[in-house]
Amino acid sequence: MKHARIRLPGEAEIHAVLVNDDHSVQLADGRRLAEDAVEWLPPAEGTVFALGLNYADHAAELAFKAPTEPLVFLKSPATLTGHRQLSVRPDNITYMHYECELVVIIGKTAKNVSREQAMDYVAGYSVCNDYAVRDYLENYYRPNLRVKNRDTLTPIGPWWVDRDNVANPAALTLRTWVNGELRQQGNTSDMVFDIPFLIEYLSSFMTLSPGDMIATGTPEGLADVVPGDEVIVEVEGVGRLVNHIVSEAQYAARQAQTV
Amino acid sequence: MKQGRIVLDQQARRVTPLAAGKLLLDNGNPLADQPQWLAPVTGTVYGVALNHRSLLDKLEADFQQPPYQKAPATPVLFIKPRNTHAGHGCTIALPTQAGKVFAGGAMGVVIGKVASKLTEQQALEVVAGYTVVNEISLEESSFYRPAVKAKCRDGFCPMGPWLVDAAALDPLNVEIRSYLNGELAETNHSRDWLRSVPQLIAALSQFMTLQPGDLIIPATPLRQLEIRPGDTVAVEIAGIGRLENHLIAEESTQ
Repeated sequence: MKHARIRLPGEAEIHAVLVNDDHSVQLADGRRLAEDAVEWLPPAEGTVFALGLNYADHAAELAFKAPTEPLVFLKSPATLTGHRQLSVRPDNITYMHYECELVVIIGKTAKNVSREQAMDYVAGYSVCNDYAVRDYLENYYRPNLRVKNRDTLTPIGPWWVDRDNVANPAALTLRTWVNGELRQQGNTSDMVFDIPFLIEYLSSFMTLSPGDMIATGTPEGLADVVPGDEVIVEVEGVGRLVNHIVSEAQYAARQAQTV
Repeated sequence: MKQGRIVLDQQARRVTPLAAGKLLLDNGNPLADQPQWLAPVTGTVYGVALNHRSLLDKLEADFQQPPYQKAPATPVLFIKPRNTHAGHGCTIALPTQAGKVFAGGAMGVVIGKVASKLTEQQALEVVAGYTVVNEISLEESSFYRPAVKAKCRDGFCPMGPWLVDAAALDPLNVEIRSYLNGELAETNHSRDWLRSVPQLIAALSQFMTLQPGDLIIPATPLRQLEIRPGDTVAVEIAGIGRLENHLIAEESTQ
Protein backbone atom coordinates (compact mmCIF):
# COMPACT_ATOMS: atom_id res chain seq x y z
CA MET A 1 0.00 0.00 0.00
CA LYS A 2 0.99 3.61 -0.57
CA HIS A 3 0.59 6.17 2.24
CA ALA A 4 0.62 9.93 1.79
CA ARG A 5 -0.12 13.18 3.59
CA ILE A 6 -2.10 15.73 1.64
CA ARG A 7 -4.07 18.95 1.99
CA LEU A 8 -7.08 20.08 0.04
CA PRO A 9 -6.79 23.44 -1.74
CA GLY A 10 -7.53 26.29 0.64
CA GLU A 11 -7.75 24.08 3.73
CA ALA A 12 -5.35 23.81 6.64
CA GLU A 13 -6.17 20.28 7.74
CA ILE A 14 -3.64 17.57 6.88
CA HIS A 15 -5.07 14.23 5.80
CA ALA A 16 -3.27 10.91 6.05
CA VAL A 17 -4.46 9.04 2.98
CA LEU A 18 -4.00 5.85 1.03
CA VAL A 19 -3.02 6.21 -2.62
CA ASN A 20 -4.71 4.19 -5.36
CA ASP A 21 -3.00 2.64 -8.37
CA ASP A 22 -4.11 5.55 -10.57
CA HIS A 23 -2.48 7.92 -7.99
CA SER A 24 -5.82 9.22 -6.81
CA VAL A 25 -6.05 9.45 -3.02
CA GLN A 26 -8.60 7.93 -0.69
CA LEU A 27 -9.68 10.11 2.24
CA ALA A 28 -10.86 8.59 5.51
CA ASP A 29 -14.39 9.89 4.81
CA GLY A 30 -14.53 7.90 1.56
CA ARG A 31 -13.87 10.73 -0.88
CA ARG A 32 -11.57 9.88 -3.77
CA LEU A 33 -9.55 12.76 -5.24
CA ALA A 34 -7.37 12.89 -8.35
CA GLU A 35 -3.59 13.29 -8.13
CA ASP A 36 -3.79 16.86 -9.39
CA ALA A 37 -6.65 17.86 -7.05
CA VAL A 38 -4.62 17.75 -3.83
CA GLU A 39 -1.51 19.37 -2.36
CA TRP A 40 1.06 16.65 -1.70
CA LEU A 41 3.03 17.09 1.52
CA PRO A 42 6.15 15.27 2.71
CA PRO A 43 4.89 11.75 3.49
CA ALA A 44 6.26 11.50 7.06
CA GLU A 45 7.40 13.69 9.96
CA GLY A 46 10.63 13.00 11.79
CA THR A 47 14.35 13.53 11.75
CA VAL A 48 15.72 13.53 8.21
CA PHE A 49 19.13 11.98 7.66
CA ALA A 50 20.88 12.21 4.32
CA LEU A 51 23.95 10.44 3.02
CA GLY A 52 26.74 12.03 1.06
CA LEU A 53 29.02 10.09 -1.27
CA ASN A 54 27.14 6.82 -0.74
CA TYR A 55 27.48 5.61 -4.34
CA ALA A 56 30.99 4.80 -5.43
CA ASP A 57 30.44 6.18 -8.94
CA HIS A 58 29.09 9.49 -7.62
CA ALA A 59 32.00 9.85 -5.20
CA ALA A 60 34.36 9.37 -8.15
CA GLU A 61 32.40 11.96 -10.13
CA LEU A 62 33.01 14.49 -7.36
CA ALA A 63 36.68 13.46 -7.17
CA PHE A 64 36.35 11.91 -3.75
CA LYS A 65 37.29 8.55 -2.44
CA ALA A 66 34.27 6.74 -1.04
CA PRO A 67 34.21 7.31 2.72
CA THR A 68 35.14 4.59 5.19
CA GLU A 69 32.36 5.70 7.54
CA PRO A 70 28.97 7.00 6.38
CA LEU A 71 28.94 10.73 5.64
CA VAL A 72 25.67 11.66 7.34
CA PHE A 73 24.07 15.08 7.53
CA LEU A 74 20.72 16.24 8.83
CA LYS A 75 17.90 18.20 7.28
CA SER A 76 15.12 20.16 8.97
CA PRO A 77 11.44 20.34 7.96
CA ALA A 78 12.17 23.83 6.55
CA THR A 79 13.69 22.33 3.40
CA LEU A 80 11.07 19.66 2.73
CA THR A 81 8.34 19.97 0.15
CA GLY A 82 6.01 17.52 -1.56
CA HIS A 83 5.20 16.04 -4.96
CA ARG A 84 4.31 18.45 -7.80
CA GLN A 85 5.62 21.48 -5.88
CA LEU A 86 8.03 24.26 -6.81
CA SER A 87 11.72 24.42 -5.97
CA VAL A 88 13.60 27.71 -6.04
CA ARG A 89 16.90 28.15 -7.80
CA PRO A 90 18.65 31.07 -6.06
CA ASP A 91 19.59 34.06 -8.21
CA ASN A 92 23.23 34.56 -9.19
CA ILE A 93 24.49 31.01 -8.77
CA THR A 94 26.22 28.80 -11.32
CA TYR A 95 25.41 25.23 -10.30
CA MET A 96 22.37 23.66 -8.65
CA HIS A 97 21.88 19.95 -9.22
CA TYR A 98 19.26 17.31 -8.47
CA GLU A 99 19.97 14.08 -6.58
CA CYS A 100 17.57 11.14 -6.94
CA GLU A 101 17.52 9.10 -3.73
CA LEU A 102 15.76 6.16 -2.13
CA VAL A 103 14.41 7.15 1.29
CA VAL A 104 13.96 4.66 4.12
CA ILE A 105 11.09 5.40 6.51
CA ILE A 106 11.62 4.11 10.04
CA GLY A 107 8.59 2.40 11.59
CA LYS A 108 9.76 1.35 15.03
CA THR A 109 11.96 2.81 17.77
CA ALA A 110 15.50 1.63 17.04
CA LYS A 111 18.54 1.73 19.35
CA ASN A 112 21.55 -0.58 19.04
CA VAL A 113 19.96 -2.58 16.26
CA SER A 114 22.16 -5.12 14.47
CA ARG A 115 22.26 -5.24 10.70
CA GLU A 116 20.63 -8.68 10.80
CA GLN A 117 17.57 -7.20 12.55
CA ALA A 118 17.62 -3.79 10.87
CA MET A 119 14.92 -4.41 8.27
CA ASP A 120 12.39 -5.13 11.05
CA TYR A 121 12.58 -1.41 11.86
CA VAL A 122 11.75 -0.23 8.33
CA ALA A 123 8.15 0.84 7.69
CA GLY A 124 8.66 1.51 4.01
CA TYR A 125 10.30 3.56 1.30
CA SER A 126 9.92 6.89 -0.39
CA VAL A 127 11.78 9.02 -2.95
CA CYS A 128 13.49 12.36 -2.56
CA ASN A 129 15.28 14.86 -4.70
CA ASP A 130 18.09 16.15 -2.51
CA TYR A 131 18.99 19.33 -4.43
CA ALA A 132 22.32 20.99 -3.73
CA VAL A 133 23.56 24.48 -4.56
CA ARG A 134 27.23 23.87 -5.03
CA ASP A 135 28.17 27.57 -5.11
CA TYR A 136 27.47 27.65 -1.37
CA LEU A 137 29.73 24.74 -0.38
CA GLU A 138 32.17 25.57 2.36
CA ASN A 139 34.61 23.28 4.11
CA TYR A 140 32.84 23.36 7.46
CA TYR A 141 30.28 20.69 8.34
CA ARG A 142 30.32 20.01 4.62
CA PRO A 143 27.76 19.77 3.04
CA ASN A 144 26.59 22.76 5.05
CA LEU A 145 22.97 23.77 5.60
CA ARG A 146 23.16 26.65 3.15
CA VAL A 147 23.85 24.06 0.42
CA LYS A 148 21.45 21.35 1.55
CA ASN A 149 18.75 22.79 3.79
CA ARG A 150 17.21 25.58 1.75
CA ASP A 151 13.48 26.31 1.58
CA THR A 152 11.78 24.13 -1.10
CA LEU A 153 14.95 22.26 -2.10
CA THR A 154 14.16 18.80 -0.73
CA PRO A 155 11.07 17.46 -2.49
CA ILE A 156 10.09 14.12 -0.96
CA GLY A 157 7.29 11.68 -1.75
CA PRO A 158 4.83 11.44 -3.37
CA TRP A 159 4.08 8.73 -0.82
CA TRP A 160 5.75 5.95 1.06
CA VAL A 161 5.18 2.31 0.14
CA ASP A 162 5.10 -0.53 2.63
CA ARG A 163 8.40 -2.34 3.11
CA ASP A 164 6.86 -5.66 2.06
CA ASN A 165 5.78 -4.22 -1.29
CA VAL A 166 9.43 -3.85 -2.28
CA ALA A 167 10.99 -7.26 -2.78
CA ASN A 168 14.63 -6.19 -2.78
CA PRO A 169 15.52 -2.58 -1.86
CA ALA A 170 19.14 -3.34 -2.79
CA ALA A 171 18.30 -3.77 -6.48
CA LEU A 172 16.22 -0.76 -7.52
CA THR A 173 16.86 1.46 -10.50
CA LEU A 174 17.02 5.20 -9.80
CA ARG A 175 16.37 7.61 -12.66
CA THR A 176 16.18 11.37 -13.10
CA TRP A 177 14.60 13.10 -16.09
CA VAL A 178 14.96 16.81 -16.85
CA ASN A 179 12.32 18.05 -19.29
CA GLY A 180 11.69 14.47 -20.32
CA GLU A 181 15.32 13.64 -21.01
CA LEU A 182 16.94 10.87 -18.94
CA ARG A 183 19.92 12.45 -17.15
CA GLN A 184 20.77 10.24 -14.20
CA GLN A 185 20.56 6.50 -13.81
CA GLY A 186 21.90 4.14 -11.18
CA ASN A 187 20.99 1.23 -9.00
CA THR A 188 20.71 0.87 -5.24
CA SER A 189 22.94 -2.21 -5.53
CA ASP A 190 25.84 0.28 -5.86
CA MET A 191 25.38 1.84 -2.42
CA VAL A 192 28.61 1.97 -0.41
CA PHE A 193 26.71 1.54 2.88
CA ASP A 194 23.47 -0.39 2.47
CA ILE A 195 20.22 0.09 4.39
CA PRO A 196 20.87 -2.49 7.14
CA PHE A 197 24.34 -1.00 7.71
CA LEU A 198 22.96 2.55 7.94
CA ILE A 199 20.33 1.54 10.51
CA GLU A 200 22.92 -0.34 12.53
CA TYR A 201 25.32 2.60 12.32
CA LEU A 202 22.88 5.38 13.26
CA SER A 203 21.15 3.37 15.97
CA SER A 204 24.53 2.58 17.53
CA PHE A 205 24.79 6.15 18.83
CA MET A 206 21.27 7.58 18.67
CA THR A 207 17.66 6.43 18.87
CA LEU A 208 15.68 6.34 15.63
CA SER A 209 11.92 6.88 15.90
CA PRO A 210 8.90 6.17 13.71
CA GLY A 211 8.74 8.73 10.91
CA ASP A 212 12.49 9.28 10.77
CA MET A 213 13.71 9.26 7.18
CA ILE A 214 17.06 8.22 5.78
CA ALA A 215 17.86 9.55 2.29
CA THR A 216 20.42 7.02 1.15
CA GLY A 217 22.50 8.98 -1.35
CA THR A 218 22.63 9.43 -5.11
CA PRO A 219 24.48 7.83 -8.04
CA GLU A 220 26.41 9.67 -10.76
CA GLY A 221 24.86 11.82 -13.44
CA LEU A 222 24.45 15.26 -11.94
CA ALA A 223 23.68 18.35 -13.98
CA ASP A 224 22.59 21.94 -13.50
CA VAL A 225 18.89 22.79 -13.51
CA VAL A 226 17.36 26.19 -14.22
CA PRO A 227 13.99 27.94 -13.84
CA GLY A 228 11.43 26.39 -16.17
CA ASP A 229 12.84 22.86 -15.86
CA GLU A 230 10.63 19.95 -14.94
CA VAL A 231 12.63 17.47 -12.86
CA ILE A 232 11.36 13.95 -12.21
CA VAL A 233 13.13 11.54 -9.91
CA GLU A 234 11.99 7.92 -9.79
CA VAL A 235 12.89 4.89 -7.75
CA GLU A 236 11.72 1.66 -9.34
CA GLY A 237 8.79 0.15 -7.48
CA VAL A 238 8.61 3.05 -5.00
CA GLY A 239 7.49 6.20 -6.76
CA ARG A 240 7.97 8.99 -9.21
CA LEU A 241 8.34 12.51 -7.79
CA VAL A 242 7.67 15.50 -10.04
CA ASN A 243 9.08 18.94 -9.35
CA HIS A 244 9.41 22.28 -11.15
CA ILE A 245 12.25 24.76 -10.85
CA VAL A 246 11.40 28.46 -10.55
CA SER A 247 13.38 31.64 -9.98
CA GLU A 248 13.22 33.61 -6.76
CA ALA A 249 11.01 36.23 -8.45
CA GLN A 250 8.65 33.58 -9.87
CA TYR A 251 8.35 31.96 -6.47
CA ALA A 252 7.64 35.25 -4.72
CA ALA A 253 4.95 36.02 -7.30
CA ARG A 254 3.39 32.60 -6.77
CA GLN A 255 3.43 33.04 -2.98
CA ALA A 256 1.76 36.45 -3.31
CA GLN A 257 -1.03 34.86 -5.38
CA THR A 258 -1.81 32.18 -2.83
CA VAL A 259 -1.91 34.45 0.22
CA MET B 1 6.68 36.22 32.04
CA LYS B 2 8.09 32.69 32.23
CA GLN B 3 6.63 29.41 31.11
CA GLY B 4 7.74 25.81 30.96
CA ARG B 5 6.54 22.42 29.75
CA ILE B 6 6.13 19.39 31.96
CA VAL B 7 4.65 15.90 31.81
CA LEU B 8 1.60 15.28 33.96
CA ASP B 9 -0.46 12.08 33.62
CA GLN B 10 1.47 11.36 30.39
CA GLN B 11 0.38 14.67 28.88
CA ALA B 12 2.55 17.66 28.01
CA ARG B 13 1.29 20.65 30.01
CA ARG B 14 2.33 24.29 30.40
CA VAL B 15 3.36 25.67 33.77
CA THR B 16 4.25 29.11 35.10
CA PRO B 17 6.22 29.82 38.26
CA LEU B 18 4.66 30.80 41.59
CA ALA B 19 6.57 32.06 44.59
CA ALA B 20 8.96 29.79 46.51
CA GLY B 21 9.57 27.37 43.66
CA LYS B 22 5.93 26.31 43.33
CA LEU B 23 4.29 25.93 39.95
CA LEU B 24 0.96 26.86 38.45
CA LEU B 25 -0.59 24.53 35.88
CA ASP B 26 -2.14 25.79 32.64
CA ASN B 27 -5.64 25.12 34.07
CA GLY B 28 -5.02 27.31 37.12
CA ASN B 29 -4.30 24.48 39.55
CA PRO B 30 -1.21 24.60 41.75
CA LEU B 31 1.38 21.86 41.42
CA ALA B 32 3.04 20.87 44.67
CA ASP B 33 5.43 18.20 43.42
CA GLN B 34 8.52 18.75 41.33
CA PRO B 35 7.46 17.66 37.86
CA GLN B 36 9.19 15.88 35.03
CA TRP B 37 10.29 18.73 32.79
CA LEU B 38 10.21 18.72 29.00
CA ALA B 39 12.21 20.90 26.66
CA PRO B 40 10.31 24.21 26.42
CA VAL B 41 10.06 24.00 22.60
CA THR B 42 9.27 21.31 20.04
CA GLY B 43 10.58 22.84 16.80
CA THR B 44 13.88 22.47 14.99
CA VAL B 45 16.98 23.28 17.04
CA TYR B 46 19.71 24.96 14.98
CA GLY B 47 23.15 25.41 16.49
CA VAL B 48 25.89 27.75 15.35
CA ALA B 49 29.43 26.40 15.54
CA LEU B 50 32.63 28.42 15.49
CA ASN B 51 30.88 31.57 16.67
CA HIS B 52 32.81 32.01 19.91
CA ARG B 53 36.10 33.88 20.03
CA SER B 54 37.79 31.19 22.12
CA LEU B 55 37.34 28.72 19.25
CA LEU B 56 38.17 31.14 16.48
CA ASP B 57 41.40 32.20 18.17
CA LYS B 58 42.48 28.59 18.55
CA LEU B 59 41.59 27.55 15.00
CA GLU B 60 42.60 30.66 13.05
CA ALA B 61 45.79 29.07 11.68
CA ASP B 62 44.04 25.75 10.94
CA PHE B 63 41.44 27.56 8.83
CA GLN B 64 44.14 28.36 6.24
CA GLN B 65 45.19 24.69 5.96
CA PRO B 66 43.54 21.66 4.32
CA PRO B 67 40.82 20.58 4.47
CA TYR B 68 39.46 24.07 5.25
CA GLN B 69 41.65 26.32 3.04
CA LYS B 70 39.92 29.46 4.24
CA ALA B 71 37.91 30.73 7.19
CA PRO B 72 34.13 30.18 7.06
CA ALA B 73 32.33 32.93 5.14
CA THR B 74 28.86 32.22 6.53
CA PRO B 75 27.56 30.88 9.87
CA VAL B 76 28.53 27.22 10.40
CA LEU B 77 25.27 25.48 11.30
CA PHE B 78 24.19 22.16 12.70
CA ILE B 79 20.93 20.56 13.83
CA LYS B 80 20.20 18.98 17.20
CA PRO B 81 17.46 16.48 16.28
CA ARG B 82 14.50 15.45 18.42
CA ASN B 83 16.25 12.49 20.10
CA THR B 84 18.70 14.97 21.68
CA HIS B 85 16.00 17.17 23.23
CA ALA B 86 15.57 16.76 26.98
CA GLY B 87 14.22 18.73 29.90
CA HIS B 88 15.57 20.20 33.10
CA GLY B 89 16.26 17.49 35.65
CA CYS B 90 16.48 14.67 33.09
CA THR B 91 19.23 12.16 33.63
CA ILE B 92 21.52 12.04 30.61
CA ALA B 93 23.42 8.91 29.63
CA LEU B 94 26.97 9.48 28.43
CA PRO B 95 28.88 7.00 26.27
CA THR B 96 32.01 5.75 28.00
CA GLN B 97 33.76 4.30 24.93
CA ALA B 98 33.55 7.33 22.63
CA GLY B 99 36.15 9.65 24.07
CA LYS B 100 35.63 12.76 26.15
CA VAL B 101 32.23 14.42 26.51
CA PHE B 102 31.87 18.17 26.99
CA ALA B 103 29.14 20.44 28.27
CA GLY B 104 28.18 23.40 26.09
CA GLY B 105 26.56 26.05 28.25
CA ALA B 106 24.54 28.23 25.90
CA MET B 107 21.46 30.34 25.36
CA GLY B 108 18.49 29.28 23.25
CA VAL B 109 16.75 31.92 21.12
CA VAL B 110 13.15 30.82 20.59
CA ILE B 111 11.39 31.93 17.43
CA GLY B 112 7.80 33.17 17.82
CA LYS B 113 6.76 34.09 14.27
CA VAL B 114 7.31 32.74 10.78
CA ALA B 115 10.57 34.35 9.69
CA SER B 116 11.90 34.58 6.15
CA LYS B 117 14.53 36.87 4.62
CA LEU B 118 14.71 39.27 7.55
CA THR B 119 17.15 42.11 7.91
CA GLU B 120 19.26 42.41 11.02
CA GLN B 121 17.05 45.32 12.07
CA GLN B 122 13.87 43.21 11.79
CA ALA B 123 15.34 40.08 13.35
CA LEU B 124 14.47 40.58 17.02
CA GLU B 125 10.80 41.12 16.15
CA VAL B 126 10.40 37.37 15.55
CA VAL B 127 11.94 36.30 18.87
CA ALA B 128 9.39 34.86 21.32
CA GLY B 129 11.91 34.57 24.11
CA TYR B 130 14.96 32.89 25.50
CA THR B 131 15.83 29.72 27.34
CA VAL B 132 18.89 27.92 28.69
CA VAL B 133 20.57 25.16 26.68
CA ASN B 134 23.34 22.69 27.34
CA GLU B 135 24.68 21.79 23.89
CA ILE B 136 26.51 18.61 24.84
CA SER B 137 29.08 17.23 22.42
CA LEU B 138 31.86 14.72 22.10
CA GLU B 139 35.25 16.24 21.51
CA GLU B 140 35.52 17.70 18.02
CA SER B 141 38.88 17.26 16.38
CA SER B 142 37.63 18.41 12.99
CA PHE B 143 34.92 20.73 11.70
CA TYR B 144 35.09 19.44 8.12
CA ARG B 145 32.18 16.99 8.21
CA PRO B 146 28.80 17.31 9.95
CA ALA B 147 29.20 16.36 13.61
CA VAL B 148 26.25 13.98 13.82
CA LYS B 149 28.06 11.35 15.86
CA ALA B 150 29.44 13.98 18.27
CA LYS B 151 26.31 16.08 18.74
CA CYS B 152 23.23 13.99 18.01
CA ARG B 153 23.28 11.41 20.81
CA ASP B 154 20.16 10.89 22.88
CA GLY B 155 19.72 13.61 25.49
CA PHE B 156 22.63 15.73 24.20
CA CYS B 157 20.51 18.89 24.11
CA PRO B 158 18.77 19.54 27.42
CA MET B 159 16.85 22.83 27.43
CA GLY B 160 14.83 24.84 29.91
CA PRO B 161 13.27 24.80 32.36
CA TRP B 162 11.93 28.26 31.49
CA LEU B 163 11.17 30.12 28.35
CA VAL B 164 11.20 33.83 29.26
CA ASP B 165 9.62 36.56 27.16
CA ALA B 166 11.90 38.41 24.77
CA ALA B 167 11.58 41.62 26.77
CA ALA B 168 13.25 40.00 29.79
CA LEU B 169 16.69 39.94 28.23
CA ASP B 170 19.11 41.86 26.01
CA PRO B 171 20.57 39.22 23.66
CA LEU B 172 23.58 41.46 23.02
CA ASN B 173 24.56 41.36 26.69
CA VAL B 174 24.16 37.86 28.08
CA GLU B 175 26.40 35.83 30.34
CA ILE B 176 25.94 32.09 30.55
CA ARG B 177 27.48 30.30 33.52
CA SER B 178 28.15 26.58 33.63
CA TYR B 179 28.59 24.70 36.89
CA LEU B 180 30.10 21.29 37.44
CA ASN B 181 28.97 19.66 40.68
CA GLY B 182 28.03 23.09 42.03
CA GLU B 183 31.30 24.85 41.14
CA LEU B 184 31.41 27.60 38.52
CA ALA B 185 33.41 26.04 35.68
CA GLU B 186 32.88 28.14 32.57
CA THR B 187 31.33 31.37 31.31
CA ASN B 188 30.10 32.20 27.81
CA HIS B 189 29.49 35.91 27.18
CA SER B 190 27.74 37.35 24.16
CA ARG B 191 30.50 39.94 23.69
CA ASP B 192 32.72 37.04 22.57
CA TRP B 193 30.40 35.98 19.76
CA LEU B 194 31.52 36.70 16.22
CA ARG B 195 27.91 37.15 15.03
CA SER B 196 25.18 38.55 17.25
CA VAL B 197 21.70 37.07 17.69
CA PRO B 198 20.08 39.52 15.21
CA GLN B 199 22.83 38.85 12.67
CA LEU B 200 22.32 35.09 13.00
CA ILE B 201 18.53 35.25 12.67
CA ALA B 202 18.94 37.42 9.57
CA ALA B 203 21.53 35.05 8.06
CA LEU B 204 19.56 31.86 8.69
CA SER B 205 16.29 33.35 7.47
CA GLN B 206 17.86 34.24 4.11
CA PHE B 207 17.73 30.62 3.00
CA MET B 208 15.38 28.79 5.34
CA THR B 209 12.11 29.87 6.88
CA LEU B 210 12.13 29.75 10.66
CA GLN B 211 8.93 28.60 12.35
CA PRO B 212 7.42 29.39 15.76
CA GLY B 213 9.01 26.99 18.23
CA ASP B 214 12.31 26.73 16.36
CA LEU B 215 15.35 27.50 18.49
CA ILE B 216 18.79 28.88 17.68
CA ILE B 217 21.86 28.25 19.82
CA PRO B 218 24.06 31.25 18.97
CA ALA B 219 27.38 30.07 20.39
CA THR B 220 29.18 27.56 22.56
CA PRO B 221 32.71 28.19 23.79
CA LEU B 222 35.78 26.05 23.10
CA ARG B 223 35.11 22.63 24.61
CA GLN B 224 36.85 22.63 27.97
CA LEU B 225 34.20 21.58 30.45
CA GLU B 226 34.51 17.81 30.44
CA ILE B 227 31.59 15.94 32.03
CA ARG B 228 31.55 12.36 33.30
CA PRO B 229 29.04 9.85 34.64
CA GLY B 230 28.22 10.78 38.22
CA ASP B 231 28.55 14.52 37.62
CA THR B 232 25.79 17.08 37.87
CA VAL B 233 26.05 19.86 35.31
CA ALA B 234 24.09 23.11 35.50
CA VAL B 235 23.82 26.04 33.11
CA GLU B 236 22.48 29.33 34.37
CA ILE B 237 21.49 32.64 32.82
CA ALA B 238 20.42 35.51 35.07
CA GLY B 239 16.81 36.39 34.32
CA ILE B 240 16.05 33.05 32.68
CA GLY B 241 16.90 30.28 35.08
CA ARG B 242 19.06 27.29 35.85
CA LEU B 243 19.11 24.08 33.80
CA GLU B 244 20.47 21.16 35.79
CA ASN B 245 21.06 17.58 34.67
CA HIS B 246 22.64 14.55 36.27
CA LEU B 247 24.88 12.34 34.17
CA ILE B 248 25.13 8.56 34.21
CA ALA B 249 27.00 5.98 32.15
CA GLU B 250 25.21 4.73 29.05
CA GLU B 251 25.94 1.11 29.92
CA SER B 252 23.91 1.44 33.12
CA THR B 253 20.78 2.14 31.07
CA GLN B 254 20.93 -1.03 28.98
